[in-house]
Amino acid sequence: MSAFRAALLPHRIVMILLTLALVAWCAYSMRWDWIPKYADLALEGLWRTIWILIVTTILGFLLAIPLGLAQAVGPWYLSAPAKAFCTIIRGTPLLLQIWLLYFGLGSLFPQFPWIRESELWPYLRQAWPYAVLALSLSYAGYEGEVMRGAFSGVAKGQIEAAKAFGMSRFTIFRRIWLPQAIQNALPTLGGETILQLKATPLVASITIIDIYAVASRVRQDTFIVYEPLLLLAVIYMAIAGIIALFFKWLEGRVPVKAR
Amino acid sequence: MNTLVEALGLSHTVELLSLSPPGWGGNLLRGLAHSLEIAIGAYAFGLIIGLFGAYGKLNGGPVVRDLLGVYTTVVRAVPELVLILILYFVGTDLLNRVVTGFGYERVEISGVAAGIWVLGIVQGAYATEVLRGAILAVPVGQIEAARAYGMSPLLTMRRVTIPAMMSFAIPGLANLWLIATKDTALLAIVGFHELTLETKQAASSTRAYFTFFLAAGGLYLCVTLLSGVVFKRVERWARKGQRSLREAGS
Repeated sequence: MSAFRAALLPHRIVMILLTLALVAWCAYSMRWDWIPKYADLALEGLWRTIWILIVTTILGFLLAIPLGLAQAVGPWYLSAPAKAFCTIIRGTPLLLQIWLLYFGLGSLFPQFPWIRESELWPYLRQAWPYAVLALSLSYAGYEGEVMRGAFSGVAKGQIEAAKAFGMSRFTIFRRIWLPQAIQNALPTLGGETILQLKATPLVASITIIDIYAVASRVRQDTFIVYEPLLLLAVIYMAIAGIIALFFKWLEGRVPVKAR
Repeated sequence: MNTLVEALGLSHTVELLSLSPPGWGGNLLRGLAHSLEIAIGAYAFGLIIGLFGAYGKLNGGPVVRDLLGVYTTVVRAVPELVLILILYFVGTDLLNRVVTGFGYERVEISGVAAGIWVLGIVQGAYATEVLRGAILAVPVGQIEAARAYGMSPLLTMRRVTIPAMMSFAIPGLANLWLIATKDTALLAIVGFHELTLETKQAASSTRAYFTFFLAAGGLYLCVTLLSGVVFKRVERWARKGQRSLREAGS
């Protein structure tokens, strides 16, 4: 209700009307006749963007847990490599990482006959395994740092209480430590997932047809510049909004002690 | 030195990376210089936008505030790559319309100028949020005291608000600088010759992908690590006279 009332301030009404007028003008005077022709391709690209986002976020997060744990409480021979990994991932551009894996590994693998004869070869010849690998590693590198803070942020008393209950170390981790760490990290994770969404169009540079690549193709085929890009921006904003709502819902599910 | 290189079987690598023409080291360094040029320009442009944006968000009228809200939200929700393309086309279109309107020939915008304009606007949105948070963290009493002394708003900004907010803003600004250096790589996709694209060209013409991509990664990492050291010093300077959190806590 309050959001509705906030939209009713006089200057907001004027701005909303202006926006609607702008949208109407865009719809009326810009060229949208290419949409039916490219709709199927665009849906395919959208689906590809979304599954790459979901798969790499999940894989990256699973990898981030050990990375964070190693940095938070691990002995030096685990924490040092984990820290080096996070520094390298965070210190170099993602585009360079994607190209290193795709062009580098892609040119290395065919030199080994046993790889070419293996079951995996049909997959290794495609681009998406490299994209998924690079994006997962990148998400893990950024999240490893977040999880380090989240793991060290769990109150000591919680773990001591769990120990006093006679829980085994693994049970403590599963029931007490990890859930609370994730709860600590949730607000940051939401933002990082939106950043991951914004990183997905880079995979278009290694021949994967995601929604960004579809927009580029429309531009190249029809020489229409602004319309596909504007639509693309709106689509990304919509996905970012859905991610933000999803994480808000997730945060709302976690019971928080009233302070 | 030479024998060590020979023993490790790296002589081919050294040859590829050498600075004189048969090697591609010179191209890589030129690309790095271009990247840094754009990063510095975009960062400075972004800081200026950010400073005005933060002031507008805090002290502006309702319309200015809402418009700035739209700007920061849109820039932070749309991929940089898409923004780069949109801003690049809009920028060249507008400029050419103005130029032809005055009766001159169409102009080609240089890659550096386009990169600074595009990345600067992206950086500006993030800088607005960082600086807004930092200004909010300055105790109100200090600004009120400056006003009570009869300082003009600009003088208050220069002598009180900016120095007092520095220590809060530096960590966020350091992060922004790292984002700026890494975002320059995105300009490779629009065909601008910065480090990443130079690297790709060197790699694909020699087929030595690992050598060049790892070398470029090393260069980026050097920039990142060096910046980290510099920003730590700046932060210590900005925190002069403040008690550190560790001493203050418990």
